[in-house]
Amino acid sequence: MATPVPRFREKAQVLDEAALDRALTRIAHEILEKNGGASDLAFVGLRTRGVTLAHRLAARIAQIDGATLPVGTLDITLYRDDLGLRGAPVIRGTDIPFSIKNKTVILVDDVLFTGRTIRAALDAIIDLGRPKAIQLAILIDRGHREVPIRPDYVGKNLPTSRRESVAVRLREHDGEDRVVIEEPEEA
Amino acid sequence: MVWTRKHLLTMRELDASEIVLLVDTAASLQEIATREIKKVPALRGKTIVNLFYEPSTRTRTSFEIAGKWLSADVVNFSAGGSSTTKGESFIDTAKNIAAMSPDVVVVRHSSAGAAELLARTLPCSIVNAGDGAHEHPTQALLDLLTIREKKAHFDGLHVAIVGDITHSRVARSDIHAMRKLGMTVTVAGPPTLIPPFVQELGVKVSYRLEDAIRDVDVIMMLRLQHERMTNGLIPSLREYSRYWGLTLDKLAKHARPDVLIMHPGPVNRGIELSPEVADGPYSVILDQVAKGVAVRMGVLLLLAGSKGGAP
Repeated sequence: MATPVPRFREKAQVLDEAALDRALTRIAHEILEKNGGASDLAFVGLRTRGVTLAHRLAARIAQIDGATLPVGTLDITLYRDDLGLRGAPVIRGTDIPFSIKNKTVILVDDVLFTGRTIRAALDAIIDLGRPKAIQLAILIDRGHREVPIRPDYVGKNLPTSRRESVAVRLREHDGEDRVVIEEPEEA
Repeated sequence: MVWTRKHLLTMRELDASEIVLLVDTAASLQEIATREIKKVPALRGKTIVNLFYEPSTRTRTSFEIAGKWLSADVVNFSAGGSSTTKGESFIDTAKNIAAMSPDVVVVRHSSAGAAELLARTLPCSIVNAGDGAHEHPTQALLDLLTIREKKAHFDGLHVAIVGDITHSRVARSDIHAMRKLGMTVTVAGPPTLIPPFVQELGVKVSYRLEDAIRDVDVIMMLRLQHERMTNGLIPSLREYSRYWGLTLDKLAKHARPDVLIMHPGPVNRGIELSPEVADGPYSVILDQVAKGVAVRMGVLLLLAGSKGGAP
């Protein structure tokens, strides 16, 4: 059933640990600037690395502004438009233990590609209540959008070809902080 | 772990990792019940038929709610009043159902093997919601989800299943699933209600309630099934209740203080469970019902969500 996953090899490093750190610090400042402070903000990260990035952004804002912002976890499996095209979905659950009503929700993900994941995430968030606004923070925007979605905060714009893959490696999951472009080995 | 089965017919045919995937999926879906808007679009455009040949409150309702929360279209087909002979009407109905191209048929029938027969006859996915005294896999799954939430693990737990084992599809599904997950199972009841050779399923047998409930983590009380019983298996309800009814007094004397009391419902109050036990602090009977919706959502999602339908 599952199509064989092509093996990828590293082509180039895009961000090292220091650059990744600076990008997150800048995004944290931009979030505070755009919203005129931290009041009524809440983070929702997309599983898996979006959640980690959301926690880091929240920690950064706590350092800058002193505000402790809530961080929720969103699993968009139930909202995908390609459910049924893949193997059976593994659902890991949504955990947003606060009300998003009248909050400005900062949606966080690691890579923005076709935009379909974010489209599904918008549906999922709106099913939980009516936020005042939803903003999108992305570490890497690699282009190739298939739906009209654009990020509010971008760590790095990265032109890629469709056959390449962008790997965001984070300390919490992969033991290192860096972003690389990968290409299929058969190429 | 990826789900690859088309049907859910028995716990016996599943391996431990498949059972854990079903329980994990159900666990992650529980959150939907707490939402203001209890609906996700996962099964939009899918049709689910509930084909129930036996009365049911919990199972049919929870399959219906589960399907609706996942945005599927749910049709209830109740064949209760049919007067044609069972075999003919069942196949005939099955073919009619197939003509309406449902994605999943949930079937309950008084004959063992009814779900498997449908799986061989119809092109869609089949969920066994209870077939005679054979199996009731979604009940076992919700029992497992309830146990794991209270005890945090499966391995090494000891469960006593008490009552009418012979006529219980719940007992059969529970025994298969619990054994695969490394749990110890003791079945207990009057000898007339314990099937011969039940030890071959890997369970211990006890003929005394007081012995069976000692040092176990979970006591699963079964309903005394009047409708499946021919006369003569028990001398009287009063005697059954005296020897096999679970009371606060027996619990206090013989069971562990952290024991869980479970029951697949409907409870015969005053027969297998005294009302004080059924409503008491040890009882997780209503937790089981709440878990039923999540479990059935998980099952429907894995069966209907994994097929390659057009998006």
